[in-house]
Amino acid sequence: MNQRYLIPLTAVFLLFLLAYTGVEGLGLQVVFGVLIPYLAVAAFLIGFVIKVKGWAASAVPFRIPTTCGQQKSLPWIKQNTIDNPNTSAGVFVRMLLEIFAFRSLFRNTKAAFNRHASNRLSYSWEIFLWVGALAFHYAFLVVLLRHLRFFTAPVPGCIQLIEYLDGIVQVGLPGLFISGPVLLLAALFLLSRRVLDAKVSYISQAADYFPLFLIIGIAITGIAMRYFTKVDIIGIKELTMGLATFHPHIPEEVGGLFYGHLFLVSILFAYFPMSKLMHMGGIFLSPTRNMANNTRAKRHVNPWNYDVPIHTYEQYEDHFRDKMIEAGLPVDKKE
Amino acid sequence: MADELTPDEALDKIDYRPRSSSEPRNWLDTTKSVQIRPGMYCYAAKPESVETLGLPNARAWNPTDEDWKLPENWQEILHNGIKERLERFRTFKIFMDVCVRCGACADKCHFFLGTGDPKNMPVLRAELLRSIYRNDFTLAGKILKKLPGGQRLLGARDLTLDALKEMWYYFFQCTECRRCSVFCPYGIDTAEITIMGRELLNLIGLNIDWIATPVSNCYQTGNHLGIQPHAFKDMLDFFVEDIEEITGVNCAPQYQKKGADILFVTPSGDVFADPGTYTCQGYLILFKYLKEKYGLDVTWSTYASEGGNFGFFTSHETMKRLNAKMYAEARRLGVKWILGGECGHMWRVIHQYMDTMNGPADFMEVPVNPITGTRFDNAASTKMVHITEFTADLIKHGKLELDKSRNANRIMTFHDSCNPARGMGLLEEPRYVIKACVDQFYEMPPNTIREQTFCCGSGAGLNAGENMELRMAGALPRANALKYVHEKFGVNTLGTICAIDRAALSTLCEYWVPECEVAGVHELVGNALILPGEKERTEDLRMEPLPGVEEE
Repeated sequence: MNQRYLIPLTAVFLLFLLAYTGVEGLGLQVVFGVLIPYLAVAAFLIGFVIKVKGWAASAVPFRIPTTCGQQKSLPWIKQNTIDNPNTSAGVFVRMLLEIFAFRSLFRNTKAAFNRHASNRLSYSWEIFLWVGALAFHYAFLVVLLRHLRFFTAPVPGCIQLIEYLDGIVQVGLPGLFISGPVLLLAALFLLSRRVLDAKVSYISQAADYFPLFLIIGIAITGIAMRYFTKVDIIGIKELTMGLATFHPHIPEEVGGLFYGHLFLVSILFAYFPMSKLMHMGGIFLSPTRNMANNTRAKRHVNPWNYDVPIHTYEQYEDHFRDKMIEAGLPVDKKE
Repeated sequence: MADELTPDEALDKIDYRPRSSSEPRNWLDTTKSVQIRPGMYCYAAKPESVETLGLPNARAWNPTDEDWKLPENWQEILHNGIKERLERFRTFKIFMDVCVRCGACADKCHFFLGTGDPKNMPVLRAELLRSIYRNDFTLAGKILKKLPGGQRLLGARDLTLDALKEMWYYFFQCTECRRCSVFCPYGIDTAEITIMGRELLNLIGLNIDWIATPVSNCYQTGNHLGIQPHAFKDMLDFFVEDIEEITGVNCAPQYQKKGADILFVTPSGDVFADPGTYTCQGYLILFKYLKEKYGLDVTWSTYASEGGNFGFFTSHETMKRLNAKMYAEARRLGVKWILGGECGHMWRVIHQYMDTMNGPADFMEVPVNPITGTRFDNAASTKMVHITEFTADLIKHGKLELDKSRNANRIMTFHDSCNPARGMGLLEEPRYVIKACVDQFYEMPPNTIREQTFCCGSGAGLNAGENMELRMAGALPRANALKYVHEKFGVNTLGTICAIDRAALSTLCEYWVPECEVAGVHELVGNALILPGEKERTEDLRMEPLPGVEEE
């Protein structure tokens, strides 16, 4: 048995059950519906800010972008202004593509070695991780934005537009939002890579499986509520609006499934800042991507640059003077 | 050579599916079983070399011994060292925090592709250190390590002696080539992590001799090879004689000339070892040509006679101490700007570090090529120009008379060196120069060149003799691509702009693709360039008959 995924899987199950039974059996609606969500959001905001401030507090002593294209040098050589930017505008475009289109991941290749036949190493374009990651992140974003409906009254037009587009296939009743199943499938794909791909499995830790199971749990409970158990949506909106307006209110008709869902979301929020999920913030600050490759054109200053002992020319000449004179090399002092 | 392994045996060992069924499930449980194996590691630094620069814990020690003779409080030293570097380097801090272990980097590393060792996956190399960071520097780690099994949940571990040895072993199996960084969605740069790792190891005296001794030489004598000033001149004199024999022209260089236009600095490997020596002769011929035709005044220096910087593979501080000589000498001689020869990591240091460390270079002028009038605005602050930028500019303006037929025996491809490719973006300039000197040029497959280029397998101070199995394994991806164009297009020469490449790729060819040889770009220039007053050449710089001469 592989503890690295069984423990996180069990943990997510237990967390769900904890909330479900807490509400259904012990009537702890206030704890799981009000107290924990508030604490989770607070933990998320505070943790996120602390983490990013921690990064920002560290110096950037050298300008060391990873260059992925032709530099700017001679005027007749065409520069790759995006992958090797020398201006802030170029860096901006590079970062935009990195953040919104996962440009680096798009380059991904898969290496294969053909022993005996040709002894050839070959590299093929490996697009699936990029597709899976993009589907996962955008589906998650849409789901998140759609949920703002529960925290706003009246619901802003942009949220309604997202809902309209998300439900544009017009299948089923209530109408299918594509983002839900896409999120679930993409998360399952990412999970299957971790389990099935020997290399990814080798590097995976429980801390990689846990957020995946958590998000899968959130997606399943969400989908279950919307399409299958048909929860009391009016009641839920009363609760969420109560949270949003700081007038918490526990409706009568909302059952344990919803509280389980909300609790998993709360765990995700609280867990976020202390986990690898902080890549969301880190990508903006990554010095190999967010700096211009113009170090020779514009001096970069290291805030902690300090003087170091060096071997001076004078010391060098003192050491070798006779040999230098004999070899006819110029010297500053003749003796 | 890789004494024990033939190429075929080396290929047999490759398997990209890590972990046999007998191994523990979690790599964290495999640390104890790591064997520091001959052929894969470099010898420990000699105490004398470590002492030259006053680096910590100089002593004789052996990596295969149980006792590494560490300072008693080595854990504390490392802990404080990590803490200090987290504050000093945002890269380090972010790269410790944000990796999601997506695995995109896993099969991008030449050492993984050549060995199949899962700990050579870049992500895992970083995790060796990250697991300790998580344990000792994160809130989650500090809480979870108190619970039974908590460390495993987080992927954390204690800084034990076994963990230290494992880190040492694998941080000296990374050539800081940055290929993984190209593919990482967050730009995590394993080179940066290896640099930090080696810097930390240096704090407790865990250096390798192939790095420490060149560093010591460079500091004392002016270059990695420890060539003393008179010997340096002797070696160049020897080249001058050879060139005179081939061309009939005396190309003797100037040394330490005050008030020269340009100070020229190149890696000392070019003075010392074939085929770099032919590249060096190419420089001499070029400077002679420019002197005769246009009166360009270039000087060499025996004090700043090293472009390379093995300090970069020791610590940021050591890098700065060695690099300081270039500006110091330029200032003393009063040159207008500095021209740099063909070298890989030298150019990463110059391009991304030098001005910041040892600048501002306000005592020099913005580099202008006096022959073409081109202003090198891309080097306006650092005041140092790459020789292929310089030569490409000369060729573009028609300032060089080149006879391509003298290189007609060369069917070329070009190996982008890691640092100029991924730490600079110098891709077109060398190609332009090659194509001006040679008719037949074919690229290797796109996934193996430019920003996706593969390391020679011997960079970052790993080009020693005792770790040949490692070097040849790391060389496999490059060799494989070379073999491909050799078989497809008959390529017989691998062009490069790096001194370590010229040495390492030659060994690579010998082992994997014996039909090919290695040439620096300025060797081709030296062969093609028609010197004023030269006699009819019958030999190239290698003293082999020029194409077409044999038959006559």
